[in-house]
Amino acid sequence: MLIIDSEKCTACGMCESSCAFGAISVQADCAVVNDSCTLCGACVDNCPENALRVETADKRTQADFGAYAGIMVFAEYRHGKIAPVSYELLGIGRKLADKRRVHLSVVLPGGTVAAFADGLIAAGADIVLLAEHPMLEQFREDLYAGILEQVIRERKPEVVLAGATAIGRSVIPYVATSIDAGLTADCTRLEIREEDGMLLQTRPAFGGNIMATIECPHTRPQMATVRPKVMAPAEPDPSRKGEVIHIQLAPSMLHTQIEVLETVINNEDQVNIQEVETLVAGGRGLDSAKGFALIRELAGELNGAVAASRAAVDSGWIPYPHQVGQTGKTVSPKLYIACGISGAVQHAVGMQSAEIVVAINRDKNAPIFDIATFGVVGDLYEVVPLLIKRLQEIKK
Amino acid sequence: MKILVCIKQVPDAKDVRLDPKTNTLAREGVESIMNPYDRHALEEAVAIKEKQGGVVTVITMGPPQAEAVLREAIACGADEGVLISDRAFAGADTWATSYTLAQAVQTLGGFDLILCGKQAIDGDTAQVGPGLACRLRLPFAACIQKTRKVTAQAIEIERMMDDGFDVLRLPLPALMTVVKDINEPRVASLKGKMKAKKAVIQQLSAADIGADPQCIGLAGSPTQVVRVFSPEPRGDRKIFSGSVAEQVDQLVACLKAHL
Amino acid sequence: MDYFFTEQQQMIIDTAREITNEKIIPARAELDEKNQFPREILQDIAKADLFSIFVPEEYGGFGGGCFEIVLALEELARGCVGVATSFAASALGIFPVMIAGSEEQKQKYLPDIASGARWAAFGLTESNAGSDASGIRTTAVEEGNEWVLNGTKQWITNGGESEIYTIIALTDPSKGARGASIFVVEDGDPGFSYGKKEDKMGIRSSATRELVLKDCRIPKDRLVGRRGTGFITVMKTLDMSRPGIASLGIGLAQAALDEAVTYAKQRVQFGKPIISFQAVQHILADMAIQLEAGRALVYGAAKHIDKHPKDMSKVSSMCKVFATDMAMKVTTDAVQVLGGYGYMKEYPVEKMMRDAKILQIYEGTNQIQRNVVGQELNKEYS
Repeated sequence: MLIIDSEKCTACGMCESSCAFGAISVQADCAVVNDSCTLCGACVDNCPENALRVETADKRTQADFGAYAGIMVFAEYRHGKIAPVSYELLGIGRKLADKRRVHLSVVLPGGTVAAFADGLIAAGADIVLLAEHPMLEQFREDLYAGILEQVIRERKPEVVLAGATAIGRSVIPYVATSIDAGLTADCTRLEIREEDGMLLQTRPAFGGNIMATIECPHTRPQMATVRPKVMAPAEPDPSRKGEVIHIQLAPSMLHTQIEVLETVINNEDQVNIQEVETLVAGGRGLDSAKGFALIRELAGELNGAVAASRAAVDSGWIPYPHQVGQTGKTVSPKLYIACGISGAVQHAVGMQSAEIVVAINRDKNAPIFDIATFGVVGDLYEVVPLLIKRLQEIKK
Repeated sequence: MKILVCIKQVPDAKDVRLDPKTNTLAREGVESIMNPYDRHALEEAVAIKEKQGGVVTVITMGPPQAEAVLREAIACGADEGVLISDRAFAGADTWATSYTLAQAVQTLGGFDLILCGKQAIDGDTAQVGPGLACRLRLPFAACIQKTRKVTAQAIEIERMMDDGFDVLRLPLPALMTVVKDINEPRVASLKGKMKAKKAVIQQLSAADIGADPQCIGLAGSPTQVVRVFSPEPRGDRKIFSGSVAEQVDQLVACLKAHL
Repeated sequence: MDYFFTEQQQMIIDTAREITNEKIIPARAELDEKNQFPREILQDIAKADLFSIFVPEEYGGFGGGCFEIVLALEELARGCVGVATSFAASALGIFPVMIAGSEEQKQKYLPDIASGARWAAFGLTESNAGSDASGIRTTAVEEGNEWVLNGTKQWITNGGESEIYTIIALTDPSKGARGASIFVVEDGDPGFSYGKKEDKMGIRSSATRELVLKDCRIPKDRLVGRRGTGFITVMKTLDMSRPGIASLGIGLAQAALDEAVTYAKQRVQFGKPIISFQAVQHILADMAIQLEAGRALVYGAAKHIDKHPKDMSKVSSMCKVFATDMAMKVTTDAVQVLGGYGYMKEYPVEKMMRDAKILQIYEGTNQIQRNVVGQELNKEYS
């Protein structure tokens, strides 16, 4: 509960301006808090009179807290491949491990995974824990969660990282709940606090309108998921050495209640562009269907999907499900990059509520620049390849 | 069949904007709505009830005003609503929330199927559904895009994956979280709205669900917010100039600040 | 403006509005292009209990009156007049049963209408009987415990999609105005079939077909009301339904005004949004003024009718004429405001203009309506 000391309160309103949730306001001559309060403590920090404090029951603390050491990454195997996010996690995992001067391990459940061990070590892992069995070829929530939970209980890592993927989003919250650990989803930044070695997890909230930095002071491990393409993989170093351990899988660990009846792979045209956070769209300015190869590349770099204006679809360069606009879909992604699109109102109505609009067009009078957050006036065939190059450089 | 749907009242995230002058969320005129993913979960539950027979119960953990979404759910076909509310729940993270919901589910008892929306549009974590499945020891699957078959013993569903989907069969009781592709929610009917008006909403406090004070609210939350800050302020629109290389560099710098 | 709706009326408006925003508006362009009957949308409307608005509570309905129907139709018409017409035609089709039917008939048909399980249609018009309804030639002859109907009805809304048809046929051709009766013919009755579907200028999602009765045999109990009272029931039916048509005009005009103002604010010419130009402002102002005047008249007429007065005809015809002539003008002006874009099918206003025309023609042309008003004035002042 937020406790307000009415004697100390001078009704200065600092708390009201510091509250991101509109939960505290000055009424008459004292601050009053309502049900929107999330106990984040921002007002407490900002009160010049120390009139506010957060009171709460004692927090639970883990019994064998000190015994937890090491960074662990949960890697994903599906249909014969390792998900690229696993290497990205090893990239950030290596940095965190070096900072903490601890080892970096990676857990990989799957059908046939032994061949990937060397690549994982080259990517930064000191220890590779393989859970290999035909029963693990298909992703089953209970099996993967059970294995990860067992490995965590045995090896006691202080930090566990996983991808915010379809697999990660099911398994990790289940495991976190099971072992009473704190979990922060979709982190965009992970750092170690100097003073106490605590993992600081930063993530967006309220659709990205706010950033929050989160810690787990009383529980171990500290768990975090990270979206693909947010972190950078390290440059693979084949000379690195590491340990490969095959996890013993007792029959109880392979007992599942989930039957996998079928598995279906989508093609690109079934992607729902309305569900994606980043869209790169191509228009008449591409001049030909080949231009979409460039669009796809940029989209891939940003982990986004491909969209198009009506002109591009009518010209047969890309199928209709990608069309944005009056006679296509309405989208509101975080980032919309319009390449070679004039921005006539029929297109604009389909995308103008995007958070950030980037326009790339060689015509400086194109209407798209009226609604763009950022505009580049130039030939997209020069701009986009350079943009892709710069984005790749940043990842390194 | 006894079906439970977990729903949440959230601010309409698309209307929540940052006031650039004060760096706070401008909440003026932002409506409170039923979390859109939960709306789809509710529709699926009602559709299953219409085919299999049974009762749909909706629960929510929230402040007193969250009762409004329970009534909205009844207007859209739920049979009864339960509000889990207590000052002690304030400040709960997903761990404490799933604990609280699990205690409530165990108090109410006997559900064959539990449905949740994939994630809430304010927190965006997608953690409560799987966490709840863990506490209730239920087989579960997340991000379900279609229910193929329901019998008294099992459910056959399509689980969305990053590259397509898998078809699963889970025994009941089970829990699933759903994505928007799963259905088109119906419009609340007049009869439903009348029923919702008259409905008596059961209310449960922390004591009613036997909650351990150390596991709920802020006290029960292993994650804690260290600080909250605004991302780089949006500022005015910028049309760059200069050579292609210069413009791209400026663009990349601006994008980095924003993403 | 505050119209002082009751909570129940607001509930009806909100429900119809949700249907319009979520189901009708996304589908309307395609339905129009493909001449496609909005079966799924009508099912959504049924599930939302809107079909029950006009059915009395004792038959499973909501027990609303003319005003409640007007409110629902206005919202639905804002989405698409074709869809709203399909809904309204079912009400029109069942009104004769509600006005003159026996208790058994009401029990038989009204619950299904209220739930939306079955829809109705009104069969009066023939090739030789439009404005001159007395020109009908369809006959109904008693044969044992059956009626045998012969004739062809033309341009029947919901023809071929509904299951319940109220057909006006001559039972005593020599008796003139006293010679017609109303019958319920059901889909599947022997000798009852449908002709071709019409290809129309507007309201293309509404299905318009011929009804063909060739020795169509129906049981005795299908006669609605006393033999020979057909035209009286028809007049009462039209009095009740005309405000509904008027409200289609209101909803349509509102949609057109919304599009026109939104566009005028966005479209920049000569360095300014065109709404800053007085010429455009005056067009929009006149649209808004006429719309509001029409709304007031329709609401007033509907409330008057719900008091079950002896005379409904005058106000019923007045609101129909005003609102539909107004809708034609407002939709045409909307196309004008949108200029070239207004003429393109990519924008919704050209469809609105095409949809508006029929409102001035069906359920009694606006010329007939003026006849009615004139005659009523004559009676009033004597």
